[in-house]
Amino acid sequence: MKIAVCVKQVPDTEARLRVAGDGRWVDEENLPFVINESDEYALEEALQIAERTVGEVVVLSIGPARVREALRKCLALGAHRAMHLSDEAFAGGDAMATGRALAAAIAREGFDLVLTGSQSDDVGSGSTGSIVAGHLGWPHAWLVMGVELEEGNSSAKVTREMESGMNEVLRIQLPAVLEIQAGLNHPRYASLKGIMQAKKKEMAEVSAADLGLDGAAIGASGATVEILSVAFPESGEGARIIEGDASSAAQELVDRLQKEARVL
Amino acid sequence: MSAKVWIVVQHREGHLHRMSREAIAGGQQLASLLGGTAEAVVLGHGVGPVAEELGGYDLAAVHVADAEALADYTPGGYVGVLAAALKDHAPTHVVLAHSYQNIEYMARLAQAVGGSLLPEATGFETDEEGVVWRRPVLGGKLQARVRAVGPAPLLVSFQSGVFGGSDAATGNAPRVELDASAAAPDREILGVEEVAGEHVDLSAAEIVVAVGRGIGDGDKLKIIEALAESLGAEIGASRPVIDNGWLPRDRQIGSSGQTIAPKLYIAIGISGAIQHLVGMKGASTVVAVNKDAEAPIFGVADYGIVGDLHEIVPALTEAIREAKAAAG
Ligand SMILES: Cc1cc2nc3c(=O)[nH]c(=O)nc-3n(C[C@H](O)[C@H](O)[C@H](O)COP(=O)(O)OP(=O)(O)OC[C@H]3O[C@@H](n4cnc5c(N)ncnc54)[C@H](O)[C@@H]3O)c2cc1C
Ligand SMILES: Nc1ncnc2c1ncn2[C@@H]1O[C@H](COP(=O)(O)O)[C@@H](O)[C@H]1O
Repeated sequence: MKIAVCVKQVPDTEARLRVAGDGRWVDEENLPFVINESDEYALEEALQIAERTVGEVVVLSIGPARVREALRKCLALGAHRAMHLSDEAFAGGDAMATGRALAAAIAREGFDLVLTGSQSDDVGSGSTGSIVAGHLGWPHAWLVMGVELEEGNSSAKVTREMESGMNEVLRIQLPAVLEIQAGLNHPRYASLKGIMQAKKKEMAEVSAADLGLDGAAIGASGATVEILSVAFPESGEGARIIEGDASSAAQELVDRLQKEARVL
Repeated sequence: MSAKVWIVVQHREGHLHRMSREAIAGGQQLASLLGGTAEAVVLGHGVGPVAEELGGYDLAAVHVADAEALADYTPGGYVGVLAAALKDHAPTHVVLAHSYQNIEYMARLAQAVGGSLLPEATGFETDEEGVVWRRPVLGGKLQARVRAVGPAPLLVSFQSGVFGGSDAATGNAPRVELDASAAAPDREILGVEEVAGEHVDLSAAEIVVAVGRGIGDGDKLKIIEALAESLGAEIGASRPVIDNGWLPRDRQIGSSGQTIAPKLYIAIGISGAIQHLVGMKGASTVVAVNKDAEAPIFGVADYGIVGDLHEIVPALTEAIREAKAAAG
């Protein structure tokens, strides 16, 4: 099977965030970036399917030059090739614009299966994979917690997460877009050998023109929503912060839980 | 152009989904802010009782698509019918609850009709240029103000708890049939299963000590166990702890885990993402321990300690043991 995996690079959830000077996004200077969490699970699932079906895994990412590092890591983990949609024209897209661009890159080559993460840890639309599916005219499933290919690889049994700890099991025809939820497998670590091999693997740079895309339909121009500003929630409300070293803060907390909240 | 707000509801076993009542309230408020009308839409098979329930709200119409092909929810069934209906009726806004089912198909519907997409709204207001929406970004650490700049209709989903379901205005809404012939189911439902596990029922616990990714590693859980033991508490966890295999899945609290309302909830190394908060917002007293003073969990906690959990948790265990010993 030839499988495409869409990978987004996002700020490390552990990183301290600062609002950028223009107030519209976080300041990316010195910000550590990582592969989006659910995308790591999507890649692992793709690698496992490719191992079973003697397939090929191609990773795609839209973003500035820094995303090459994320793609390189995917190659080290076992992906066969990478496509970097690197054109400035792709920048600033929402899920609608980004999904359109990814779908064009996928359609150009032809794939049997597309895996994405279910949600990005920065913008978090939870939508890009569904939009890719719409453009390709393929069925899709979101929050996928299990994938089992069936006879002849023409369909798959898919487990989809529902609310409150329930899962739905369904059959979907392939090709399809499956939006993978974190936790369905155990992503592998890169080996030294993998890291060495990654250096020799293909990383193609793809422009909007290569995909025959009109600049007005992609990136910020093709976006249907625009972020005006971002801000930390107002402080002042919320928890009473108990100060002091560990043991005195612990003492005071227990005291308050007993006397003020009366829960101990 | 005056606004026409469509509220597409979700239902189960003949009843409206709780979050859909909130979406009705939100859709009504949006319509009144924009000076337009609100209408509900329900899809399914044998949805008479739901349509009737919707008829009791203050809505200009209840559109009903009733067909066998819609008996089970599928994205292809819903998107097929709704894409055709949006073209026929041209609402300006389509409002949904931000539920797993709705998220799955709403983006695809936006794509199918060439509209605009705004998932997970947590509020809206107007300024001189129109509507400004709010939604969380970066796991809820930041709030964004967002404007829809693309073609109509705008599809927007409301996060749980933004509106009160009981705030939805009641009235008398006429039922209108919607053409369901474009339903094209694109999956076969094989069954529903409960997530495997030991079935710990955390909802019965009076005190829950919940641990998050901040613990760093599964073999560091001993300090959490000791704290839970000192309190006679159950242990719960955020999703990454489960995904990493540090605790079994039946300990997960949140939208895809358990929903609990203990007397005391202690969140340790948990950032406070909305998917976690919806599982524990019923707790009466919430304590958070986190090294990041800006973690959103402090916004919902009653008491907080900012610092390294590896120091604070053992100190807390010690303080509780002492207090219990003193109380005899
Ligand atoms: C559809 C969907 C469903 C989901 N369902 C759920 C669900 O049911 N339940 C759930 O919990 N999540 C769920 N999630 C995931 C959710 O979005 C968050 O990713 C998750 O809750 C984050 O878990 P966390 O707070 O443990 O981790 P993080 O967000 O990584 O936070 C870790 C925290 O630990 C703190 N920390 C780190 N080290 C230390 C230290 N030494 N001392 C003190 N503090 C420290 C950090 O400051 C940080 O705030 C779902 C996501 C999606 C997309
Ligand atoms: N810029 C991007 N490049 C590659 N894949 C992306 C990009 N943005 C989103 N995706 C994919 O779409 C998924 C959902 O993202 P989102 O719709 O932003 O929540 C992610 O987990 C990725 O798999």
